[in-house]
Amino acid sequence: MSWLRAVLSELWGLFVDDGRYALAIVIWLLLAWRALPLLGLGGGWDALVFAAGLLAILAGSVLRRERR
Amino acid sequence: MLFDSIHAGPSMLAAFLASLVECVEALTVVLAVGAVRGWRSALAGSAAALLVLLLLVVVLGRALDRVPLHGLQLAVGALLLLFGMRWLRKAVLRAAGVLPLHDEAAIYARETQALRGQAAAAHAWDRLAFATALKITLLEGVEVVFIVLAVGAGHPGLLWPASLGALAALLVVIALGVVVHRPLARVPENTLKFAVGVMLSAFGTFWAGEGMGYAWPGGDGALLGLVGGFLAVSLLSVQWRRRQVLAGAKGLAR
Repeated sequence: MSWLRAVLSELWGLFVDDGRYALAIVIWLLLAWRALPLLGLGGGWDALVFAAGLLAILAGSVLRRERR
Repeated sequence: MLFDSIHAGPSMLAAFLASLVECVEALTVVLAVGAVRGWRSALAGSAAALLVLLLLVVVLGRALDRVPLHGLQLAVGALLLLFGMRWLRKAVLRAAGVLPLHDEAAIYARETQALRGQAAAAHAWDRLAFATALKITLLEGVEVVFIVLAVGAGHPGLLWPASLGALAALLVVIALGVVVHRPLARVPENTLKFAVGVMLSAFGTFWAGEGMGYAWPGGDGALLGLVGGFLAVSLLSVQWRRRQVLAGAKGLAR
């Protein structure tokens, strides 16, 4: 079973490096999918807000990371 | 036609650059295995892994055709975002000096030392060499397969350009490996990862937005805007963090 664990661990590592960062992306995706349309922005603004949120998550995570 | 020019070129380029990075990493270990334990088993291990990966592309590629496009775009976009933004974050932190750079020469030295420490093969057929080459080719190759499928699955007709990009990268790295016979330490790996991270993040954002039913301003042209947005934020983040690192180093020197 150790090989299966190794494969699953490798697959997990493809997408998740920093848990908080990955979680922030997933939560923002869910919010953008389910909650953002409720604001009724339309006209492409919802897409722009979605993209801006992702850029903010990237910048926030980079600026927060401790030096190794 | 506009779709073709805006998506097919970046799809092929993203797959090419991402695959180049992964192939270089696999080549380093395969070269170490071949140099220390013999080429026959090392090359056989890599060839077996390539066959498995090819099978994976064919099976998954056909399965993707049966998934509804919007659901597929959302799922693929989400995975691309997690994958691409992970690469981009790491590349930014490395460029800023927060994380150490990936060193192929050091990895090669470590691998050869570890392999020399193992008992020599009793037969011409070396199981350790075969397994090590198979494992690294498979691990790095799975990333390539994911990138090709994810970049190619966002819209019908993109799987071929993405596959051709990955195949071209494989051929380039094999050719370089045959010519130089040592790890490709001079490849600007972090710059490649930076560029690929920007492109995959932009693709992921675009596909996920399409999957959620958003109408992107400018249609397909928004993809170029997303590339610009991720590039600008990443470069600004590098500058900001580099200044922090330098300020920290000066503070320590005092």
